[in-house]
Amino acid sequence: VAALLGDSQPWLDWNWIDSHPGEIWNAVDQHIQLTLIAVGIGLLLSLPLGFVAWRWRVWEKPIYGVTGILFTIPSLALFAFLIPITGLGRTTAEIGLVSYTLLILVRNIVAGLDGVPGDVRDAARGLGYGTTRQLLRVDLPLATPALIAGIRLAVVTTIGLVTVASLVGAGGGLGTLISLGQQNNFRTQVVLGAGLSVLLAAAFDAILVLIQWFITPWTHKGVRA
Amino acid sequence: MFHFLNELANWYGDGAHWRGSNGIPDLLWATVKISAEAVLIALVLALPIGLVLGHTGRGGFLAINITNVGRALPAIAVLVIGVQVLGIGERPALLTLVVLSLPPIMTNTYTAVRQVDPDIIDAARGMGMTGRQILWRVELPTSIPLIAAGVRTAAVQAVATVTLAAYVSYACFGTYIVEGISVNDHVEIVAGSLLVIALALATELGLSAAQRFVTPAGVRPGRTARIAPNVSDV
Repeated sequence: VAALLGDSQPWLDWNWIDSHPGEIWNAVDQHIQLTLIAVGIGLLLSLPLGFVAWRWRVWEKPIYGVTGILFTIPSLALFAFLIPITGLGRTTAEIGLVSYTLLILVRNIVAGLDGVPGDVRDAARGLGYGTTRQLLRVDLPLATPALIAGIRLAVVTTIGLVTVASLVGAGGGLGTLISLGQQNNFRTQVVLGAGLSVLLAAAFDAILVLIQWFITPWTHKGVRA
Repeated sequence: MFHFLNELANWYGDGAHWRGSNGIPDLLWATVKISAEAVLIALVLALPIGLVLGHTGRGGFLAINITNVGRALPAIAVLVIGVQVLGIGERPALLTLVVLSLPPIMTNTYTAVRQVDPDIIDAARGMGMTGRQILWRVELPTSIPLIAAGVRTAAVQAVATVTLAAYVSYACFGTYIVEGISVNDHVEIVAGSLLVIALALATELGLSAAQRFVTPAGVRPGRTARIAPNVSDV
Protein backbone atom coordinates (compact mmCIF):
# COMPACT_ATOMS: atom_id res chain seq x y z
CA VAL A 1 0.00 0.00 0.00
CA ALA A 2 2.74 2.39 0.99
CA ALA A 3 4.60 1.87 -2.28
CA LEU A 4 1.45 2.65 -4.24
CA LEU A 5 0.78 5.79 -2.25
CA GLY A 6 4.41 6.88 -2.53
CA ASP A 7 5.09 10.49 -1.69
CA SER A 8 1.52 11.60 -2.28
CA GLN A 9 0.46 9.85 0.94
CA PRO A 10 -1.68 12.25 2.99
CA TRP A 11 -0.62 13.07 6.58
CA LEU A 12 -4.09 12.25 7.86
CA ASP A 13 -6.37 9.72 6.20
CA TRP A 14 -9.79 10.50 7.64
CA ASN A 15 -11.34 7.35 6.17
CA TRP A 16 -8.91 5.22 8.13
CA ILE A 17 -9.68 7.18 11.30
CA ASP A 18 -13.43 6.76 10.73
CA SER A 19 -13.09 3.02 10.24
CA HIS A 20 -10.73 2.33 13.16
CA PRO A 21 -12.31 3.97 16.22
CA GLY A 22 -11.69 0.85 18.34
CA GLU A 23 -7.97 0.69 17.65
CA ILE A 24 -7.52 4.41 18.31
CA TRP A 25 -9.59 4.36 21.49
CA ASN A 26 -7.66 1.33 22.80
CA ALA A 27 -4.39 3.16 22.32
CA VAL A 28 -5.69 6.27 24.12
CA ASP A 29 -7.16 4.16 26.93
CA GLN A 30 -3.91 2.24 27.41
CA HIS A 31 -1.94 5.50 27.34
CA ILE A 32 -4.13 6.99 30.08
CA GLN A 33 -3.86 3.84 32.20
CA LEU A 34 -0.07 3.65 31.97
CA THR A 35 0.17 7.35 32.84
CA LEU A 36 -2.20 7.29 35.80
CA ILE A 37 -0.66 4.15 37.32
CA ALA A 38 2.84 5.65 36.98
CA VAL A 39 1.94 9.02 38.50
CA GLY A 40 -0.18 7.35 41.20
CA ILE A 41 2.61 5.05 42.35
CA GLY A 42 5.09 7.92 41.95
CA LEU A 43 2.94 9.99 44.30
CA LEU A 44 2.69 7.20 46.87
CA LEU A 45 6.49 6.97 46.95
CA SER A 46 7.17 10.71 46.70
CA LEU A 47 4.95 11.88 49.56
CA PRO A 48 6.95 10.05 52.26
CA LEU A 49 10.25 10.74 50.48
CA GLY A 50 9.44 14.45 50.19
CA PHE A 51 8.36 14.59 53.82
CA VAL A 52 11.57 12.90 54.98
CA ALA A 53 13.73 15.23 52.84
CA TRP A 54 11.90 18.25 54.28
CA ARG A 55 11.69 17.16 57.92
CA TRP A 56 15.21 15.70 58.26
CA ARG A 57 17.40 17.84 56.05
CA VAL A 58 20.36 15.39 56.08
CA TRP A 59 18.24 13.20 53.80
CA GLU A 60 17.59 15.95 51.28
CA LYS A 61 20.85 15.52 49.37
CA PRO A 62 20.82 11.71 49.08
CA ILE A 63 17.14 11.69 48.05
CA TYR A 64 17.68 14.39 45.41
CA GLY A 65 20.87 12.62 44.30
CA VAL A 66 19.25 9.25 43.66
CA THR A 67 16.03 10.59 42.09
CA GLY A 68 18.15 13.03 40.05
CA ILE A 69 20.26 10.20 38.62
CA LEU A 70 17.11 8.23 37.77
CA PHE A 71 15.71 11.33 36.05
CA THR A 72 18.90 11.81 33.98
CA ILE A 73 18.98 8.23 32.67
CA PRO A 74 17.57 8.19 29.12
CA SER A 75 14.20 6.45 28.99
CA LEU A 76 15.08 3.78 26.43
CA ALA A 77 18.25 2.89 28.37
CA LEU A 78 16.32 2.56 31.64
CA PHE A 79 13.62 0.39 30.04
CA ALA A 80 16.32 -1.68 28.32
CA PHE A 81 18.29 -2.13 31.54
CA LEU A 82 15.19 -3.59 33.20
CA ILE A 83 14.41 -6.09 30.44
CA PRO A 84 16.64 -8.92 31.79
CA ILE A 85 15.05 -8.46 35.24
CA THR A 86 11.38 -7.82 34.52
CA GLY A 87 11.13 -8.90 30.89
CA LEU A 88 9.41 -7.22 27.96
CA GLY A 89 6.12 -5.81 29.12
CA ARG A 90 4.11 -3.60 31.38
CA THR A 91 6.09 -4.01 34.61
CA THR A 92 9.24 -2.80 32.90
CA ALA A 93 7.42 0.20 31.48
CA GLU A 94 5.82 1.16 34.79
CA ILE A 95 9.04 0.89 36.81
CA GLY A 96 10.72 3.19 34.30
CA LEU A 97 7.84 5.66 34.18
CA VAL A 98 7.49 5.79 37.99
CA SER A 99 11.18 6.49 38.45
CA TYR A 100 10.94 9.58 36.21
CA THR A 101 8.13 11.09 38.29
CA LEU A 102 10.05 10.88 41.58
CA LEU A 103 12.43 13.84 41.19
CA ILE A 104 9.67 16.14 39.90
CA LEU A 105 7.22 15.21 42.67
CA VAL A 106 9.68 15.15 45.58
CA ARG A 107 11.11 18.53 44.60
CA ASN A 108 7.66 20.10 44.51
CA ILE A 109 6.56 18.51 47.77
CA VAL A 110 9.64 19.90 49.54
CA ALA A 111 9.16 23.33 47.91
CA GLY A 112 5.51 23.31 48.97
CA LEU A 113 6.27 22.41 52.59
CA ASP A 114 9.10 24.96 52.65
CA GLY A 115 6.66 27.60 51.46
CA VAL A 116 4.38 27.30 54.50
CA PRO A 117 4.89 30.64 56.30
CA GLY A 118 6.55 30.44 59.70
CA ASP A 119 3.80 32.65 61.17
CA VAL A 120 1.15 30.13 60.18
CA ARG A 121 3.13 27.34 61.80
CA ASP A 122 3.55 29.37 64.96
CA ALA A 123 -0.17 30.09 65.02
CA ALA A 124 -0.99 26.39 64.62
CA ARG A 125 1.36 25.52 67.45
CA GLY A 126 -0.20 28.27 69.55
CA LEU A 127 -3.63 26.76 68.92
CA GLY A 128 -2.34 23.48 70.37
CA TYR A 129 -1.83 21.52 67.13
CA GLY A 130 0.42 18.47 67.53
CA THR A 131 3.03 17.54 64.93
CA THR A 132 0.82 15.10 63.01
CA ARG A 133 -2.31 17.26 63.12
CA GLN A 134 -0.29 20.28 61.99
CA LEU A 135 1.15 18.30 59.08
CA LEU A 136 -2.25 17.02 57.93
CA ARG A 137 -4.35 20.13 58.65
CA VAL A 138 -1.90 22.98 58.02
CA ASP A 139 1.30 22.05 56.18
CA LEU A 140 -0.10 19.64 53.55
CA PRO A 141 -3.09 21.80 52.53
CA LEU A 142 -0.87 24.86 52.16
CA ALA A 143 1.61 22.81 50.11
CA THR A 144 -1.17 21.66 47.74
CA PRO A 145 -0.60 24.24 44.97
CA ALA A 146 3.09 23.27 44.71
CA LEU A 147 2.17 19.57 44.86
CA ILE A 148 -0.34 19.95 42.03
CA ALA A 149 2.21 21.92 39.99
CA GLY A 150 4.48 18.88 40.42
CA ILE A 151 1.71 16.44 39.45
CA ARG A 152 1.00 18.49 36.32
CA LEU A 153 4.64 18.34 35.29
CA ALA A 154 4.84 14.62 36.11
CA VAL A 155 1.68 13.80 34.13
CA VAL A 156 2.76 15.75 31.04
CA THR A 157 6.26 14.24 31.15
CA THR A 158 4.89 10.72 31.62
CA ILE A 159 2.46 11.08 28.71
CA GLY A 160 5.46 11.87 26.50
CA LEU A 161 7.50 8.96 27.85
CA VAL A 162 4.78 6.30 27.53
CA THR A 163 5.36 6.33 23.77
CA VAL A 164 8.93 5.11 24.35
CA ALA A 165 7.57 2.18 26.36
CA SER A 166 6.15 0.77 23.12
CA LEU A 167 9.73 0.01 22.04
CA VAL A 168 10.12 -2.44 24.94
CA GLY A 169 6.90 -4.21 23.99
CA ALA A 170 4.88 -2.85 26.85
CA GLY A 171 1.81 -1.92 24.89
CA GLY A 172 2.86 1.71 24.89
CA GLY A 173 -0.55 3.24 24.17
CA LEU A 174 -0.22 5.86 21.45
CA GLY A 175 3.42 4.82 21.06
CA THR A 176 2.21 1.52 19.64
CA LEU A 177 0.18 3.48 17.09
CA ILE A 178 3.30 5.46 16.15
CA SER A 179 5.43 2.29 15.90
CA LEU A 180 2.82 0.62 13.69
CA GLY A 181 2.78 3.70 11.47
CA GLN A 182 6.55 3.49 11.17
CA GLN A 183 6.50 -0.24 10.36
CA ASN A 184 3.64 0.08 7.86
CA ASN A 185 4.94 3.37 6.46
CA PHE A 186 1.47 4.77 7.19
CA ARG A 187 1.64 8.46 8.16
CA THR A 188 -1.85 8.74 9.60
CA GLN A 189 -0.99 6.48 12.54
CA VAL A 190 2.16 8.47 13.31
CA VAL A 191 0.53 11.90 13.12
CA LEU A 192 -2.52 10.68 15.05
CA GLY A 193 -0.32 9.14 17.78
CA ALA A 194 1.69 12.35 18.18
CA GLY A 195 -1.33 14.66 17.97
CA LEU A 196 -3.41 12.68 20.46
CA SER A 197 -0.47 12.49 22.85
CA VAL A 198 -0.16 16.28 22.88
CA LEU A 199 -3.95 16.70 23.20
CA LEU A 200 -4.02 14.20 26.06
CA ALA A 201 -1.31 16.17 27.87
CA ALA A 202 -3.18 19.44 27.37
CA ALA A 203 -6.44 17.88 28.58
CA PHE A 204 -4.90 16.39 31.73
CA ASP A 205 -3.13 19.67 32.45
CA ALA A 206 -6.41 21.58 32.19
CA ILE A 207 -8.19 19.06 34.45
CA LEU A 208 -5.48 19.39 37.10
CA VAL A 209 -5.67 23.20 36.97
CA LEU A 210 -9.42 22.90 37.57
CA ILE A 211 -8.93 20.46 40.44
CA GLN A 212 -6.47 22.85 42.05
CA TRP A 213 -8.94 25.70 41.65
CA PHE A 214 -11.61 23.74 43.54
CA ILE A 215 -9.53 22.28 46.35
CA THR A 216 -7.53 25.42 47.18
CA PRO A 217 -10.23 28.10 47.31
CA TRP A 218 -8.09 30.33 49.53
CA THR A 219 -5.66 31.00 46.67
CA HIS A 220 -8.27 32.88 44.62
CA LYS A 221 -11.02 33.96 47.06
CA GLY A 222 -10.61 37.03 49.21
CA VAL A 223 -9.31 36.14 52.67
CA ARG A 224 -11.79 37.15 55.34
CA ALA A 225 -10.61 38.04 58.80
CA MET B 1 23.54 -13.17 38.12
CA PHE B 2 27.29 -13.76 38.28
CA HIS B 3 27.12 -15.51 34.95
CA PHE B 4 25.38 -12.47 33.44
CA LEU B 5 27.98 -10.05 34.79
CA ASN B 6 30.67 -12.29 33.40
CA GLU B 7 29.09 -12.23 29.95
CA LEU B 8 28.71 -8.45 30.23
CA ALA B 9 32.43 -8.11 30.98
CA ASN B 10 33.18 -10.35 28.01
CA TRP B 11 31.02 -8.16 25.79
CA TYR B 12 32.98 -5.04 26.75
CA GLY B 13 36.24 -6.97 26.51
CA ASP B 14 35.49 -8.20 23.01
CA GLY B 15 37.77 -6.32 20.60
CA ALA B 16 35.11 -6.53 17.88
CA HIS B 17 32.97 -4.07 19.86
CA TRP B 18 35.76 -1.49 19.83
CA ARG B 19 36.47 -1.48 16.09
CA GLY B 20 34.77 -0.30 12.94
CA SER B 21 31.64 1.66 12.19
CA ASN B 22 29.57 -0.25 14.77
CA GLY B 23 32.27 -0.12 17.46
CA ILE B 24 31.96 1.83 20.69
CA PRO B 25 34.35 4.71 19.73
CA ASP B 26 32.61 5.42 16.41
CA LEU B 27 29.13 5.26 17.91
CA LEU B 28 30.21 7.48 20.82
CA TRP B 29 31.45 10.05 18.33
CA ALA B 30 28.21 9.75 16.28
CA THR B 31 26.19 10.45 19.44
CA VAL B 32 28.28 13.34 20.75
CA LYS B 33 28.70 15.03 17.37
CA ILE B 34 25.03 15.09 16.43
CA SER B 35 24.01 16.24 19.94
CA ALA B 36 26.53 19.09 19.90
CA GLU B 37 25.42 20.18 16.44
CA ALA B 38 21.76 20.12 17.46
CA VAL B 39 22.32 22.14 20.64
CA LEU B 40 24.44 24.72 18.78
CA ILE B 41 21.80 25.16 16.05
CA ALA B 42 19.06 25.41 18.71
CA LEU B 43 21.12 27.97 20.65
CA VAL B 44 21.62 30.14 17.56
CA LEU B 45 17.87 30.03 16.85
CA ALA B 46 16.42 30.22 20.35
CA LEU B 47 18.77 32.65 22.13
CA PRO B 48 17.90 35.79 20.09
CA ILE B 49 14.17 35.01 20.23
CA GLY B 50 14.28 34.44 24.00
CA LEU B 51 16.32 37.59 24.59
CA VAL B 52 14.04 39.82 22.52
CA LEU B 53 10.84 38.33 23.98
CA GLY B 54 12.24 38.70 27.49
CA HIS B 55 13.50 42.24 26.92
CA THR B 56 10.22 43.47 25.48
CA GLY B 57 8.12 41.33 27.83
CA ARG B 58 5.97 40.14 24.96
CA GLY B 59 5.08 36.59 23.96
CA GLY B 60 5.66 35.05 27.38
CA PHE B 61 2.49 33.00 27.13
CA LEU B 62 3.72 31.61 23.80
CA ALA B 63 7.23 30.85 25.09
CA ILE B 64 5.97 28.91 28.11
CA ASN B 65 3.31 26.98 26.23
CA ILE B 66 5.65 25.92 23.44
CA THR B 67 7.80 24.33 26.13
CA ASN B 68 4.88 22.44 27.61
CA VAL B 69 3.80 21.12 24.22
CA GLY B 70 7.42 20.18 23.54
CA ARG B 71 7.43 18.11 26.70
CA ALA B 72 4.42 16.07 25.59
CA LEU B 73 5.42 15.79 21.93
CA PRO B 74 6.74 12.24 21.59
CA ALA B 75 10.33 12.26 20.31
CA ILE B 76 9.64 9.02 18.45
CA ALA B 77 6.84 10.64 16.48
CA VAL B 78 9.06 13.59 15.55
CA LEU B 79 11.71 11.10 14.41
CA VAL B 80 9.32 9.06 12.31
CA ILE B 81 7.77 12.17 10.74
CA GLY B 82 11.32 13.43 10.09
CA VAL B 83 12.13 10.20 8.27
CA GLN B 84 8.96 10.58 6.19
CA VAL B 85 10.00 14.08 5.14
CA LEU B 86 13.79 13.80 4.91
CA GLY B 87 14.41 10.09 4.36
CA ILE B 88 16.39 7.78 6.61
CA GLY B 89 19.76 8.81 8.07
CA GLU B 90 21.35 11.64 9.99
CA ARG B 91 19.07 14.49 8.92
CA PRO B 92 15.80 13.39 10.60
CA ALA B 93 17.76 12.66 13.78
CA LEU B 94 19.34 16.12 13.73
CA LEU B 95 15.97 17.76 13.02
CA THR B 96 14.38 15.97 15.97
CA LEU B 97 17.17 16.94 18.33
CA VAL B 98 16.98 20.60 17.25
CA VAL B 99 13.18 20.65 17.69
CA LEU B 100 13.50 19.21 21.20
CA SER B 101 16.43 21.48 22.16
CA LEU B 102 14.68 24.73 21.24
CA PRO B 103 12.09 24.88 24.07
CA PRO B 104 14.40 24.57 27.12
CA ILE B 105 16.86 27.14 25.74
CA MET B 106 14.16 29.60 24.68
CA THR B 107 12.10 29.37 27.86
CA ASN B 108 15.13 29.63 30.12
CA THR B 109 16.42 32.66 28.22
CA TYR B 110 13.01 34.32 28.35
CA THR B 111 12.54 33.57 32.05
CA ALA B 112 16.08 34.67 32.88
CA VAL B 113 15.68 38.07 31.22
CA ARG B 114 12.25 38.57 32.82
CA GLN B 115 13.64 37.75 36.26
CA VAL B 116 16.31 40.44 36.21
CA ASP B 117 15.70 42.67 39.23
CA PRO B 118 13.68 45.71 38.01
CA ASP B 119 15.73 47.92 40.38
CA ILE B 120 18.91 47.00 38.49
CA ILE B 121 17.27 47.92 35.17
CA ASP B 122 16.03 51.20 36.68
CA ALA B 123 19.54 51.93 37.86
CA ALA B 124 20.94 51.16 34.39
CA ARG B 125 18.36 53.45 32.80
CA GLY B 126 19.19 56.13 35.36
CA MET B 127 22.83 55.85 34.31
CA GLY B 128 21.70 56.73 30.79
CA MET B 129 21.87 53.28 29.18
CA THR B 130 19.73 52.70 26.08
CA GLY B 131 17.43 49.70 25.77
CA ARG B 132 20.00 47.89 23.66
CA GLN B 133 22.80 48.59 26.14
CA ILE B 134 20.62 47.34 28.99
CA LEU B 135 19.99 44.12 27.05
CA TRP B 136 23.68 43.50 26.29
CA ARG B 137 25.36 44.79 29.45
CA VAL B 138 22.79 44.10 32.16
CA GLU B 139 20.14 41.59 31.15
CA LEU B 140 22.36 39.17 29.21
CA PRO B 141 25.20 38.82 31.77
CA THR B 142 22.71 38.47 34.62
CA SER B 143 20.82 35.83 32.64
CA ILE B 144 23.80 33.61 31.83
CA PRO B 145 23.34 31.11 34.69
CA LEU B 146 19.76 30.29 33.69
CA ILE B 147 20.58 30.27 29.97
CA ALA B 148 23.45 27.87 30.69
CA ALA B 149 21.03 25.70 32.67
CA GLY B 150 18.76 25.63 29.61
CA VAL B 151 21.65 24.60 27.37
CA ARG B 152 22.57 21.87 29.86
CA THR B 153 18.99 20.55 29.91
CA ALA B 154 18.90 20.61 26.11
CA ALA B 155 22.24 18.81 25.80
CA VAL B 156 21.38 16.06 28.29
CA GLN B 157 18.04 15.61 26.56
CA ALA B 158 19.75 15.50 23.15
CA VAL B 159 22.21 12.79 24.26
CA ALA B 160 19.24 10.84 25.64
CA THR B 161 17.13 11.29 22.52
CA VAL B 162 19.82 10.19 20.06
CA THR B 163 19.31 6.75 21.59
CA LEU B 164 15.81 6.70 20.14
CA ALA B 165 17.16 7.61 16.70
CA ALA B 166 18.57 4.07 16.58
CA TYR B 167 14.95 3.07 16.08
CA VAL B 168 14.97 4.87 12.71
CA SER B 169 18.37 3.40 11.81
CA TYR B 170 20.71 6.18 12.97
CA ALA B 171 23.79 4.35 14.28
CA CYS B 172 24.50 5.33 17.92
CA PHE B 173 24.68 3.63 21.33
CA GLY B 174 20.94 3.01 21.06
CA THR B 175 21.69 0.68 18.16
CA TYR B 176 22.97 -1.94 20.63
CA ILE B 177 19.65 -1.74 22.52
CA VAL B 178 17.41 -1.89 19.45
CA GLU B 179 19.50 -4.70 17.94
CA GLY B 180 19.61 -6.56 21.26
CA ILE B 181 15.82 -6.36 21.63
CA SER B 182 15.24 -7.64 18.08
CA VAL B 183 17.46 -10.72 18.59
CA ASN B 184 16.57 -11.08 22.29
CA ASP B 185 20.20 -10.71 23.41
CA HIS B 186 20.00 -9.47 27.02
CA VAL B 187 23.75 -8.97 27.31
CA GLU B 188 23.83 -6.62 24.35
CA ILE B 189 20.73 -4.76 25.59
CA VAL B 190 22.26 -4.10 29.01
CA ALA B 191 25.72 -3.36 27.59
CA GLY B 192 24.17 -0.73 25.31
CA SER B 193 21.97 0.74 28.02
CA LEU B 194 24.94 1.12 30.39
CA LEU B 195 26.87 2.99 27.68
CA VAL B 196 23.90 5.34 27.17
CA ILE B 197 23.49 5.87 30.92
CA ALA B 198 27.21 6.59 31.39
CA LEU B 199 27.20 9.12 28.57
CA ALA B 200 24.08 10.89 29.87
CA LEU B 201 25.47 11.16 33.41
CA ALA B 202 28.87 12.32 32.11
CA THR B 203 27.15 15.01 30.02
CA GLU B 204 25.12 16.18 33.01
CA LEU B 205 28.16 16.34 35.32
CA GLY B 206 30.47 17.87 32.72
CA LEU B 207 28.00 20.60 31.80
CA SER B 208 27.19 21.37 35.45
CA ALA B 209 30.88 22.14 35.90
CA ALA B 210 30.91 24.18 32.67
CA GLN B 211 27.84 26.08 33.85
CA ARG B 212 29.62 27.18 37.04
CA PHE B 213 32.63 28.16 34.94
CA VAL B 214 30.71 30.48 32.56
CA THR B 215 28.69 32.15 35.33
CA PRO B 216 29.99 35.68 35.86
CA ALA B 217 31.45 36.15 39.35
CA GLY B 218 28.90 38.86 40.14
CA VAL B 219 25.90 36.56 39.80
CA ARG B 220 27.27 33.37 41.42
CA PRO B 221 25.15 31.93 44.21
CA GLY B 222 26.17 33.46 47.48
CA ARG B 223 26.43 36.88 45.91
CA THR B 224 22.84 36.78 44.69
CA ALA B 225 21.63 35.44 48.01
CA ARG B 226 22.50 38.76 49.63
CA ILE B 227 20.52 40.86 47.17
CA ALA B 228 17.60 38.43 46.87
CA PRO B 229 14.40 39.83 48.39
CA ASN B 230 13.48 38.56 51.80
CA VAL B 231 10.39 36.41 51.32
CA SER B 232 9.90 35.24 54.88
CA ASP B 233 7.35 37.97 55.62
CA VAL B 234 5.20 37.48 52.52
